[in-house]
Amino acid sequence: MNIKILGPGCSNCRVLFRNTQEAVKSLNITAEVEKIEDYAQMMSYGILGTPALVIDEVLVSSGRVNSVTEISELLQAKA
Amino acid sequence: MLEQLTDWLVFSVMGLDAELVFTGALHFFIYETIKIGFLLLLVTHLMGAINLYFPIEKVRKLISSGKLRGFEYPAASIFGAITPFCSCSSIPLFIGFLQGGIPIGVTFAFLITSPLVNEVALALFLAAFGLKVTLIYAASGIVLGTVLGWILGRFDLRKHLEPWVRDLAKNKAAAQQLPTSSLQSRLRQVSHDAMGIVKTIAPYVLAGIAIGAAIHGYVPTGYFEAYMGEDAGIWSVPLSVLVAVPMYANASAVIPIMQALVAKGIPLGTAIAFMMAVVGLSLPEALMLRKVMNLKLLSAYFGLVAGSIVLLGYLFNSIF
Repeated sequence: MNIKILGPGCSNCRVLFRNTQEAVKSLNITAEVEKIEDYAQMMSYGILGTPALVIDEVLVSSGRVNSVTEISELLQAKA
Repeated sequence: MLEQLTDWLVFSVMGLDAELVFTGALHFFIYETIKIGFLLLLVTHLMGAINLYFPIEKVRKLISSGKLRGFEYPAASIFGAITPFCSCSSIPLFIGFLQGGIPIGVTFAFLITSPLVNEVALALFLAAFGLKVTLIYAASGIVLGTVLGWILGRFDLRKHLEPWVRDLAKNKAAAQQLPTSSLQSRLRQVSHDAMGIVKTIAPYVLAGIAIGAAIHGYVPTGYFEAYMGEDAGIWSVPLSVLVAVPMYANASAVIPIMQALVAKGIPLGTAIAFMMAVVGLSLPEALMLRKVMNLKLLSAYFGLVAGSIVLLGYLFNSIF
C-alpha cells in the first residue's frame, strides 16, 4: 500500500503525517508513507486545501487533519 | 450567572480581598476564560457544521458555473468567510480556483475575506465586544473582500503570476470524488476538528487573557485617552495597522488584549483596524503567496487591504 501526505510542510501536514504513521502501525500493515511537497504534483490530485491524504493514488481527504481512528478506518476500507 | 459564579469562586472559595488590584485581575481572568472558552467551542462547532454543507469543492463548482450572473464577487467573499482559513492552504486554493476557470479577481475576493472573517476571530470578537460589533466586523470583512476583489479584477493580473502557476492553471481542474461517510461520522469529525482548533490556540488565548487581565487590573481607566486625544486618532489608525501586519500566531492573543485596551480608552475603530490587520494580513501568508505571484501584485494586494483597513478604522472611530 502506498500513502501520500500532500502539503508544503506546515504544522498541520506534520501532524497528519504522524497520525498516518501511527494508524499504519496500529493496524500492523505494510505501507509506504511519503510526503509530497511539490505543488505541481499535489495539484494533480485536484486538491483545494492542504494537508491532503492519498491512499494508493486515490484522494481520500483534503484540507483537514484526520485523526488516527479516522485514518485507520480509511485504510481498512481500502485493504 | 457567570458573573456570580466568578464572584463565588474568587471571593468565597479563594477568599480573596475584593479591594486588592490582584483580585480584580484574577476575577477578570477567570470570567473571560470561561466566557471565551464557551464561545470558542460554540462558534467552531457551528462554523464546522455550516461547512459540511458548503465544502470548498462545491463552492468552486458553484462560482465557476456561471449561475451567479455577476454575483461571483460577493459570493466568493461570503464563502471565504465561511471556509476555515489556513495560510498553508492558500496556494492549492489559488491554483485550484484558476484551474476551475474562476477569474483571479474573484479568487482574491475569497482570499481577502477568508482569513479576515474566521471562526476564531468571530468567537473572540463576540466575547470581547458583543454581537453588534461582531456583525459589523464580519460585514465589513465581506464588503472589503468583495470590493477589493472587484477592483483587482479590473486589471490583467495573469501576467503577474509566476510562470509555473500559469502553466498549472492551464490544466483543467481534476475531478475530485472524496469518499462520503455517514452524517454521524461527519458530525464527529466536525467536533474533532473544532476541538483541535480550540486546543491549538488555547495557549495564545490564555496568554492574551492574562495580559488583558493585567491591563484591566493595573492600568488606570482612561489612561490612553490622556495620550491619545481626538487628533491622535489620525495617526494611531495607520500606525496600528503598520504594527499589526507582521503579527501572526498572536492573532488569538491580540483580541482579548485589545478588549482590555478599549476599556482603558483606546478608540474602538483604531482597535478594530489593528485586529483586522493582525488577522487579515500576515507575513506567513505573504511568503506563501509570493510563490505564486510577483512582488508587484502581492504589494498591490497587501497595500489595498491595508489601506482599506485604515479607512475602515477612521469610519468606525467616527461612528462609535
